Amino acid sequence: MIWNEHIECMNRDELREIQSKRLCETVERVYYNVPFYRKKMQELGLEPGDIKGIQDLSKLPFTTKQDLRDNYPFNLFAVPMSDIVRVHASSGTTGKPTVVGYTRRDLSSWSEVVARSLHCAGVGKNDRIQIAYGYGLFTGGLGIHYGAEKVGATVIPISGGNTKKQLNLMKDFESTVIACTPSYALYLAEAMEEQGIDRSKLKLKTGIFGAEPWTDNMRKEIESKLDIKAMDIYGLSEVMGPGVACECSYQNGLHISEDHFIPETIDSTTLKNVDKGSEGELVFTTITKEALPILRYRTRDLTVLNYDKCECGRTMVRMQKCRGRSDDMLIIRGVNVFPSQIESVLLEMSETKPHYLLIVDRKNNLDTLEIWVEVHEAFFSDEIRKLENLTKKITHEIQSTLGINVKVKLVEPKTIERSEGKAKRIVDRRNLV
Amino acid sequence: MIIKQLSVFLENKSGRLSDVTEALSENGINISALSVADTSEYGILRLIVGRPEKAYELLKNLGFSVSLTDVICLIIPNESGTLYKAIKVLASNGVSIEYMYAYAMNGDASVIMKVSEVNKAIETLTENDVELAKASEICN
Ligand SMILES: [Zn+2]
Repeated sequence: MIWNEHIECMNRDELREIQSKRLCETVERVYYNVPFYRKKMQELGLEPGDIKGIQDLSKLPFTTKQDLRDNYPFNLFAVPMSDIVRVHASSGTTGKPTVVGYTRRDLSSWSEVVARSLHCAGVGKNDRIQIAYGYGLFTGGLGIHYGAEKVGATVIPISGGNTKKQLNLMKDFESTVIACTPSYALYLAEAMEEQGIDRSKLKLKTGIFGAEPWTDNMRKEIESKLDIKAMDIYGLSEVMGPGVACECSYQNGLHISEDHFIPETIDSTTLKNVDKGSEGELVFTTITKEALPILRYRTRDLTVLNYDKCECGRTMVRMQKCRGRSDDMLIIRGVNVFPSQIESVLLEMSETKPHYLLIVDRKNNLDTLEIWVEVHEAFFSDEIRKLENLTKKITHEIQSTLGINVKVKLVEPKTIERSEGKAKRIVDRRNLV
Repeated sequence: MIIKQLSVFLENKSGRLSDVTEALSENGINISALSVADTSEYGILRLIVGRPEKAYELLKNLGFSVSLTDVICLIIPNESGTLYKAIKVLASNGVSIEYMYAYAMNGDASVIMKVSEVNKAIETLTENDVELAKASEICN
């Protein structure tokens, strides 16, 4: 099933022409409407006329998550607020969230790319899609929702959590598709087993899984436990939301909607484009967005781009399943967590610089975060009660900063490994790579 | 009357208690009393030792979290009602007991107590004829 065959199977030269034209329009739009980009371009001695097409892409400045935070909430918007019909914001960031906005046309493009993604994953109008991504400021729920309506599927907007109800509706409404995080899919599989739900009574055939990194092994596990096809969908709010890319039935890379988002892969240190076929940090330039056009956004996700024509017939470039990050951000149950956030909470607790270690694991298919904190003299008390209160206080502060449950464990001083240079702060036992 | 107790933070893993006692032993520091208060993940080792300041420096240099805490040591004759009498004195004077542990000394029982107000505890207990050990008697 191909949603927009004309575009998705387009000759690549023709595609380049479209990309070039749209890129020039975007550069012009940000230069005249977004002071941040005008300043950046002027610093580089660039004028809109210097960008004549996609071949000039690498002349343009990068955009980072920090740039979005610095311009909180609306300063990167390229249209007046009266044209903004929706905002979303990312969760779990240091201090300020990153806010993104959409015009009516942006929402329509978003639905279009999600519709392509769903067709790509084999989902169409005869399907009943249970959307168990969170609705609200998070882009997951509403993003998939409108795309699913666009393809004409029957949408069951249940949002995240409430596992028992998920399973009941899945059975009663005869859902054929489940959209959620891959770890929640495994959790559902277990709950199903525990509650003695007969798989043969369900009509489930496909899963649309994203918002966190997952491996091929995890795919195999989900596919065998739920007896479905598990498809990877990719996206991020800064660029659009879910649907920037999605796997096709060949499950060999995710097709990117290149007529909306131009991908590049760069070396995170030199910032130069990497050779074709090499792994690099994924960078996106949006070329149709009105509200928040973004130039060369550094996603920090590491991947390889494959421009070969796919067996499915699509010519759109494929990105390999993301294998890691070029920064220390963790995605825990769909929430972005930076070690620096935890560090700043701990620093507020005492004069002493705390040593800590984050242990990330996946237990019963749910991500867990345990934080080891060394007990220095400033923290230490000879009374258990006071140490327990300290643990509670740290747990509470961190939970309210990150918005996820954590477990704090006090450990002896000097037990967290010291390394020369950058301290090792994370032990990720989820084996995602 | 005030006794310096050494408190050490210990993770619940094998060998830690042995590390502490080894260090004390090698430096000729005698342990008069000890107690371990523990949770599922860590414990606090409380020690009455000869030369507590020396022991404190020693363990600190070995990387332990240690502190010195003021405690008192009650001498409780081996007859019924004597512990009750001492505790009642403290309670009626508004002194709370944070924790306590006991050990035997010359036939009598000794009770180490961390209390909310050390000086008030010493004063009221002495007035009521509860015998208190001196640091020199037990830290040796
Ligand atoms: Zn394909």
